[in-house]
Amino acid sequence: MTSYDLSASTFSPDGRVFQVEYAMKAVENSSTAIGIRCKDGVVFGVEKLVLSKLYEQGSNKRIFNVDRHVGMAVAGLLADARSLSEVAREEASNFRSNYGHNIPLKYLSERVAMYVHAYTLYSAVRPFGCSFIFGSYDQDDGPQLYMVDPSGISFGYWGCAIGKAKQAAKTEIEKLQMKDMTCRELVKEVAKIIYIVHDEVKDKAFELELSWVGEVTNGKHELVPKDIRVEAEKYAKASFPSSVAGEEGNCSGIST
Amino acid sequence: MDSQIKGVSTGTTILAVTFNGGVIIGSDSRASIGGYYVSSKTINKLIQVHDRIFCCIAGSLADAQAVTKAAKFQISFHSIQMESPPLVKAAASVLKELCYNNKEELQAGFITAGWDRKKGPQVYTVALGGMLLSQPFTIGGSGSTYIYGYADAKYKPDMSKEECLQFATNALALAMGRDNVSGGVAHLVVITEEGVEHVVIPGDKLPKFHNE
Repeated sequence: MTSYDLSASTFSPDGRVFQVEYAMKAVENSSTAIGIRCKDGVVFGVEKLVLSKLYEQGSNKRIFNVDRHVGMAVAGLLADARSLSEVAREEASNFRSNYGHNIPLKYLSERVAMYVHAYTLYSAVRPFGCSFIFGSYDQDDGPQLYMVDPSGISFGYWGCAIGKAKQAAKTEIEKLQMKDMTCRELVKEVAKIIYIVHDEVKDKAFELELSWVGEVTNGKHELVPKDIRVEAEKYAKASFPSSVAGEEGNCSGIST
Repeated sequence: MDSQIKGVSTGTTILAVTFNGGVIIGSDSRASIGGYYVSSKTINKLIQVHDRIFCCIAGSLADAQAVTKAAKFQISFHSIQMESPPLVKAAASVLKELCYNNKEELQAGFITAGWDRKKGPQVYTVALGGMLLSQPFTIGGSGSTYIYGYADAKYKPDMSKEECLQFATNALALAMGRDNVSGGVAHLVVITEEGVEHVVIPGDKLPKFHNE
């Protein structure tokens, strides 16, 4: 299997492009991010691992604003993710400049996915090592949620997870009846899922970054207000089954 | 004004009016050179840029045709990428970008009107330098100066289709009656969710007013 994985411009004999698969591995090394779409909006939750007590609270953002009505949560190589957020912002801005209205999320997601895909074609560059989840709310089209991965494809979802605990998170997400929930109810569930999938043993402290966009914010994507976030984290900690070893005492759950 | 336009110009009367459930876009059909010679009695100034979106053109005919051709292509491509019919606002924005970015070379103004699922019937004016304005109805071209009074007095929001047709026909007839560079036949297009209907009224069948 050597030599088929040296560049993105080479297929392996069994039809795989190893560089793209390795890029996806980079995403799996990163901490978890989830996005869930409900009746009247979209909520993002990111488990931000705190590697040093010297970090400034609230810095090292993992959720970005791409346009007024669009948010983006990322996992993987953060430098790659940040430069792609600029690409997404330019796409949204050019669309508005040319066509006079908000960019539809499906189209934005496809454009960014096309850009990511271009980097999987050549040996001179490496694929982007990050996945992202886009969410938006528009009065006519309602809430939308799309995910783009390093291979350059985008799919629409009701709920999705990326990062190290994505399997566990997906299982939790599938238990929810998100189509009947409102954003306010969903915020608490998203916080709970992040707390559940956080691995107390391997990773110590984490900071929960929560954002939403929906009818509750009048179509504007923004970080969840502090009081609602505090309430959601309280609900998350209280929902822990008491048989879980290690308990929430170790979870410093530093919040902005 | 128009005599400064080199070559064939559409000294013209154009208008677009929203009514309950749709929009009517209309124009005369005369093209002139220098205001002295009628180069065509029957040109089409209502260009279809998409299934439910029309544009009417004023100013230099060459410039207007070039711009609408480019806009038609861009809007069609945009609509296919979006996998849905384009918004009227998007079509008007495309025209506006073309007019604004090339304002030094161009001398053409447009009225864009149409129907889309999001906002229903709409009318947008794209002026010479690239201004974009949304209005319930609008009139344009050299002939429009003679009917501002009539339009302001007689327009009502939420008219029925018949009332609106009568309003548009009267307005065009009055303008064509006074403006020497507007004339020929009256072209009207009725755009609704269901479809597009062309009405052509020959010059002798237009409504007559006093002294005619």
